[in-house]
Amino acid sequence: MDLGLDVTEHGATTVLAVRGEVDVYTAPRLREKLVELVSQGKHNIVVDLEAVDFLDSTGLGVLVGGLKRLRSHDGDLSLVCTQHRILKVFEITGLTKVFAIHDSVDAAVAG
Amino acid sequence: MDDAAEPVIELEIPARAEYVGLARLVVSSLASARRALADDRLDDLKLAVSEACTNAIEAHVDRAVDDRVMVRWSERGDRLEVRIEDRGAGFDPSQLPEHPPVTDPERLNFERGLGIPLIRTLVDDVAFDPSESGTSVRITMFCGPAGDVDGDSSDD
Repeated sequence: MDLGLDVTEHGATTVLAVRGEVDVYTAPRLREKLVELVSQGKHNIVVDLEAVDFLDSTGLGVLVGGLKRLRSHDGDLSLVCTQHRILKVFEITGLTKVFAIHDSVDAAVAG
Repeated sequence: MDDAAEPVIELEIPARAEYVGLARLVVSSLASARRALADDRLDDLKLAVSEACTNAIEAHVDRAVDDRVMVRWSERGDRLEVRIEDRGAGFDPSQLPEHPPVTDPERLNFERGLGIPLIRTLVDDVAFDPSESGTSVRITMFCGPAGDVDGDSSDD
């Protein structure tokens, strides 16, 4: 099971595109990548979930942890997601009120 | 509990994180092959099974037991049932700490504990049966292509 993590810079914003399945096995890699980006001084991060096939509560936890870490640096973490089945997980857990969720990377970068 | 006449498919997985993906693939493939559920309900079952297997595996890791986690699939009339059984310390969901409301900044201190509410929302019925020899989680889905059980809000 592969987890793809691609980082691109868009001005002052860093976009982390995630691909594949995020679960208890792969989520630690997502966490490590977010920690690494923050330690490099990237404090405005957009996590693009458009190519994610599966996301469970472990993945949600990593994103919540990432947001907390970035807020402590006066930064932010927002999401790109239009897939119904992934959005549903955020809706059920109430996390749509915690994360800014955008339709596209462009919209997310524009804030 | 007489399930002797019931055809049961069993999958035993090692209690390691890398096998959760296999468990959810097997269960969703079974549901798909049986044409038991509509696509969105199949996604719900897949996620619920994944959450339950994750908890089971973590329970084994916490207790350092080598036993495997058992996933049992069965069908009865208009419903399918997936049981996830572990040999952990016995998990009582009523002991879960309450999360602060999502609008509270303190909410960000809670990275865990989302799995059980997800399972409860996604499936038609779930029962947790903790004991000293482990926990059995029984997930029930009512079959049928529409999947709109009474009381469901589906307007989105």
